[in-house]
Amino acid sequence: MEKYTVYAPRLIPKKEKFAPGHRACIGCGEALAVRLACKAFNENTVVVNATGCMEIVASQLPYTSWRLPWIHTLFENTAAVASGVEAALKVMKRKGTGPKAAVKVIAIAGDGGTSDIGLQALSGALERGHNFLYICFDNEAYMNTGIQRSSATPFGAATTTSPAGKASIGQFSWKKNMPAIAVAHDIPYVATACPSYPFDMMNKVAKAIAVNGPAYLHVLSVCPTGWRCPGDITVRLGRLAVETGIFPLYEVENGEYKMSVETPHQRPVQDYFKLQGRFRHLSEADVILIQERVKREYEKLVEKAKNGRKSERAKTESRANTDQVSA
Amino acid sequence: MAKRKGIEVSIALSDAVKLTNADVIAAYPITPQTHIVEHLAELVANGELDAAFIPVESEHSAMSACLGSSATGARTFTATAGQGLELMHEVLYVASSMRLPIVMAVANRALSGPLSVWGDHSDVMAVRDTGWIQIFVENGQEAIDHTICAFRIAEDNRVLLPVMVHLDGFHLTHMIEPVTLPEEEDVSRFLPPNRYPLPLDPVKPVAMGDFAPPVIYTEAKWAQEINLRNSKSIILEVWREFEKAFGRKYLPVEHYRSEDAKTLIMTMGSFSETASLAVDSLRQKGESVGQIKLRLWRPFPFKELRDAVKNADTLVILDRALSYGGPGGPVCTEIRAALYNEAKKPKIVSFVGGMGGRDISVAGFEQIITQGMEIARKGSPNEYEIFGVRE
Ligand SMILES: Cc1ncc(C[n+]2csc(CCOP(=O)(O)OP(=O)(O)O)c2C)c(N)n1
Ligand code: SF4
Ligand SMILES: [Mg+2]
Repeated sequence: MEKYTVYAPRLIPKKEKFAPGHRACIGCGEALAVRLACKAFNENTVVVNATGCMEIVASQLPYTSWRLPWIHTLFENTAAVASGVEAALKVMKRKGTGPKAAVKVIAIAGDGGTSDIGLQALSGALERGHNFLYICFDNEAYMNTGIQRSSATPFGAATTTSPAGKASIGQFSWKKNMPAIAVAHDIPYVATACPSYPFDMMNKVAKAIAVNGPAYLHVLSVCPTGWRCPGDITVRLGRLAVETGIFPLYEVENGEYKMSVETPHQRPVQDYFKLQGRFRHLSEADVILIQERVKREYEKLVEKAKNGRKSERAKTESRANTDQVSA
Repeated sequence: MAKRKGIEVSIALSDAVKLTNADVIAAYPITPQTHIVEHLAELVANGELDAAFIPVESEHSAMSACLGSSATGARTFTATAGQGLELMHEVLYVASSMRLPIVMAVANRALSGPLSVWGDHSDVMAVRDTGWIQIFVENGQEAIDHTICAFRIAEDNRVLLPVMVHLDGFHLTHMIEPVTLPEEEDVSRFLPPNRYPLPLDPVKPVAMGDFAPPVIYTEAKWAQEINLRNSKSIILEVWREFEKAFGRKYLPVEHYRSEDAKTLIMTMGSFSETASLAVDSLRQKGESVGQIKLRLWRPFPFKELRDAVKNADTLVILDRALSYGGPGGPVCTEIRAALYNEAKKPKIVSFVGGMGGRDISVAGFEQIITQGMEIARKGSPNEYEIFGVRE
């Protein structure tokens, strides 16, 4: 993992592997995140894409924005398809019938395709130890079908299936902690990222690619359409999500937590909420409730990073080297 | 020379997969398919088959992993049954529409509820329209032969479609039968390496599975349909080649003492052998009875079927699946439709039976045939007859 490239201004590849001309909305943070992530992919990559905004905006027949081998099949099976590609590449390489270079398989999906309907397939693929990177582009709802809630929608956010009303605060449950679920699989690398911190994100992508085994990246992707905010504050909103402690940036390497961006003096969550229509209905009391929870969760995370909790299983060699998948 | 030996059909089928030198097997266990995947896992574990065995967490993922593997250009196999096939359902359409030459053995099983692990054709019929080539086998030898042929058919670049080999759960999967396992060199000669034309390869990037707006969808589906229909001539070609290489002949519609028969019984799968014995018995009693067996279910062999029944007065069809509230057994319904516009056609009587592992004996088939002849003469108020149900 040590030898990955470090990205810095002016050293970023000019080539767009995710080509312009796709149909994402103006100011789409998910398209920005995909584009930047792609800059950290090398040429020897196969991309497996779940159904969702990024698939729909970039692949209408007879066009594609993908300059890499790319496959989309269904919504919930992305990690399983990636398992098949990875296993096939490995066997064919051994038998001398496949690509000669080492090819990395990268699965990409939305928060719905990851933390809801695709969770089982993802868990299976992580547990089996396939050598692949899974990136969840989290825009906190099912955007492609029209802003319905997912388990990654934050508490209090209004969506079309968690509308705010006299008898409803909007989203009634707290955001599912997907990175923690990935960590629980004892995989070598888990990290959170946001394209508002482009170098941090690209470095994490490169690092995750260098892992031999499963890696999971959770990328907060601002969606102006679904979050009901102007398209020109995408980058600012991403930064606010981090600065308020709502979406902390961290890495979990072999079970060890490490903060990427420390925000000891967090901005109030209201700074982030007030720019978005999906939180407009929240009362002062609601905001206080959320503020307290954000603070608690952030402290828990910092504590984990302090303890440097180690996961023994993941510390030992990546399982992808030894398990039966590679047989 | 390949030797004949007694072996469980599931084991024989997995040994056939080994002979094809498959690259990737992704499977999830379900009765009565388990012996197939267990044996394959063992072959891989012992280094007898150089393949990746992906022990996925569901059938949905099994078929999804097969999509990925096949799209990468690997020779890909899986097996399932009943509920497993149902859980795969949406993925099956993707395999055929993306032209992925996956081969799957289906150990035909009833569908819940009530839960039943035993055999019938409810699972097959539920996936009829998924765009796969579908072949019924009747005994252990056919299970071996058609598994090998399935890879050659699927991977032929004029076809590039997935193939299901249907074998009856328990009635076939768990039988020990005398079979001849071909020699490895002979299989290698018969089955060339898989050369998928546009695999996922960074040297030549392709985009697979784009979404289709209305101006393209119909064209895409029509191309797929034409391709499936045209695959029939290649299936026949492969079976002729197989006969040349291994001496066993297969046809889309098989016959048994049917040439001059006034009444025909039509069956699929392992019940066919029992029905043949009933035909023998009725012939001895002086009845003009014969049998036809449907081997190729998709693409449907219209011509062969019409030819096979044109001189008969009565055609009795036994389905092992029910179309609830519908016109009769699913196979019978199709055959009625296929013959409707023919000037000369037999009277058709639909029977449904043998569901959820219920056996039909030789005497049972005799009863079905004779009752069918009577219904053809006198008529019946029912769309179809249910066989052997206790009131
Ligand atoms: C089995 C199945 N159920 C539902 C859908 C409809 N569907 C397509 S995309 C989508 C939401 C995608 O949400 P997410 O994964 O968060 O991606 P986003 O569009 O937000 O980027 C849904 C519900 C589907 N395609 N397949
Ligand atoms: S709906 Fe949101 S995620 Fe989807 S393309 Fe538009 S801005 Fe991007
Ligand atoms: Mg989403």
